[in-house]
Amino acid sequence: MGSRARDSRQAILDRLRSREVTPVELPAIFGDDSISQVAIGFDDPATQFAGTVEAVGGLCLQVGSMQEVLNKLEQDEVYRDAARRCSLVGDEIPGNVNLQEIEDPHELSSLDFLIARAEFGVAENGAMWITDRDIRHRASLFITQHLALVVSRQSILCNMHQAYERIGQPETPFGVFIAGPSKTADIEQSLVLGAHGCRTLTVFLVDEPA
Amino acid sequence: MATVSEHPEKAAAYIADRSRSRWHDGALWFVRSKRDRMAHSLPEWEQLRSTASQIKAHTIANLPEILQQFEANAKARGVHVHWAADAQEHNEIVLEIVRKQNATRVVKSKSMLTEECHLNPHLEAGGIEVIDTDLGERIVQMRGERPSHIVLPAIHIKKEEVGETFAKYLGTEPGASDPQYLTEAARQHLRSKFLEAEVGITGVNFAIAETGGFVVCTNEGNADLGASLPRVHIACMGIEKLIPRLVDLSVFVRLLARSATGQPITTYTSHFHGPRPGCELHIVLVDNGRSRIRDSDEFRSALGCIRCGACMNTCPVFRRSGGHSYDAVVPGPIGSVLSPAADTKQHRSLPYACSLCGSCTDVCPVKIPLHHQLLTWRQQIAAQGLLPVSKTAAMRAGSMLFQHPRIYALAGALGRRALRWLPKSWVYNRANPWGLDRDLPEPPAESFRSWWQTNRQGTSVDEGMKSKEAKNGK
Repeated sequence: MGSRARDSRQAILDRLRSREVTPVELPAIFGDDSISQVAIGFDDPATQFAGTVEAVGGLCLQVGSMQEVLNKLEQDEVYRDAARRCSLVGDEIPGNVNLQEIEDPHELSSLDFLIARAEFGVAENGAMWITDRDIRHRASLFITQHLALVVSRQSILCNMHQAYERIGQPETPFGVFIAGPSKTADIEQSLVLGAHGCRTLTVFLVDEPA
Repeated sequence: MATVSEHPEKAAAYIADRSRSRWHDGALWFVRSKRDRMAHSLPEWEQLRSTASQIKAHTIANLPEILQQFEANAKARGVHVHWAADAQEHNEIVLEIVRKQNATRVVKSKSMLTEECHLNPHLEAGGIEVIDTDLGERIVQMRGERPSHIVLPAIHIKKEEVGETFAKYLGTEPGASDPQYLTEAARQHLRSKFLEAEVGITGVNFAIAETGGFVVCTNEGNADLGASLPRVHIACMGIEKLIPRLVDLSVFVRLLARSATGQPITTYTSHFHGPRPGCELHIVLVDNGRSRIRDSDEFRSALGCIRCGACMNTCPVFRRSGGHSYDAVVPGPIGSVLSPAADTKQHRSLPYACSLCGSCTDVCPVKIPLHHQLLTWRQQIAAQGLLPVSKTAAMRAGSMLFQHPRIYALAGALGRRALRWLPKSWVYNRANPWGLDRDLPEPPAESFRSWWQTNRQGTSVDEGMKSKEAKNGK
């Protein structure tokens, strides 16, 4: 690729510079007269969020504590049937797969259940933000058959402008918004849950200090 | 050099199957309706569109600086950045990266750019297996077809046909057509491909100059598996995919899925800012004619397209004639603007595959004035002498007619008589393509002009009209 690629780089930039285009001002996203000022808000973002999670195919359970999360999980058939479970939310929820002990993400191909924590949720679309800060293998989020996410009720934001304001600058190489289970409508527009990623998504909306 | 392809001819076959054409129309209108519900649920929808449009206009104006800023920041995050002037160079760069890994198996997520560059045949010729992992793309790949829509690649195929294809290639039950069952079969098949692959290729929805990262949006999670299992991830993007700041994503992420499929957001919106530990991340920046479109004052704003497909779902011509009739990687209204920019002669008929209803312009989330651009293309195509004789001759005749009122009146009188008395075969034949699908109207007994003279002469409220008639010697 050596010199030819460098030539193409210069050629593209020269070409672009050869044509002066009338400048257009970059609009503000935050502050007066900006889109974030007029963006939709909700009196009770957490309730709106719970409704939106269900609308995009997830199951939202509102709980008071992590102990209650465990109780709900133990009542859940999918969790009970899961042979290989991974927990990234602390010792309250036990697991038998430890991401730290796994070198190659391909070993996760038989993972049945993953429970992880999301940093915050967004009411307008049911999305939750997760980074690879505490997740050794990004693949675990996508390869697991079933995914559960714990998110604090106090962390729910109204819209995506607030979400990116909160993210600030990305500190880790990977971050993802997840909204609902994996889905497709590629066969005659019939909605099918569980395309390549998780078949089910359970969201635990926990009441705890933000 | 590719041969000239005429949209009406390509569309004819699809329209001939009336029930399929109607079914396709209905399927896309359903998606368009979902888009409307989403747009109406946000009171700030129009401000979102204006903001997005301005961000894109700013980006395109400052593209060289923004590209260099992106490159520097991406490199600082350990990303390999490559530049490709055209499709050929893009394909060579990708093949070389794959070869360096001694890899033979590649999984790819949906990317219009790699379609545009015909990457698959290039890699396959180099002995590499390339598996498209988006379900719709995988279906068309197995069938040896091309996607017919940029967001819904298999929208033209019925579930029974998917069943036949899967029975042949995946060993599913013959005759099965249940989408749930077929999707499960594809899931199992593609999981094995994800686990085998040594390199994952994805497209890019948005690349952020300020951070050197990029975003990929999918519902299925295929890009995410393809990028997180293999050791090497190659992301291919057109140079117009950039946005200046991370916060700009808040605008585009809100618009994209709502405009595309009527969802509030895609299931997965993944942000890549550097390779996984011990792994490689490559980005290929591709021009392939984009800088030329940027040169044009008329078509520059088309570079702002975020590939949501809303213009296709709303287009009455696309809905009935199917995406393949456009014979272009990007079909529909935006494709009819972009394709002639790449090769005017080959795609000269596309700007005419349009009723100028303006619906595409109304739904475009970045406010590209699509139907105005299609009209501009018609003028340019005529000026370049690329119109077929059937159109130029008719235009010349029309122009002559409208410039000479006497001849116009005479032609009208003759036409009224001819339509009444001539046998059907004289009127409906190859010289009258208009009559292929339509009956000409029953001619009135008298012209409007003579009706006016009898009923309104001297009582007109429009003095201008009278004086004009007087001048014309009436």
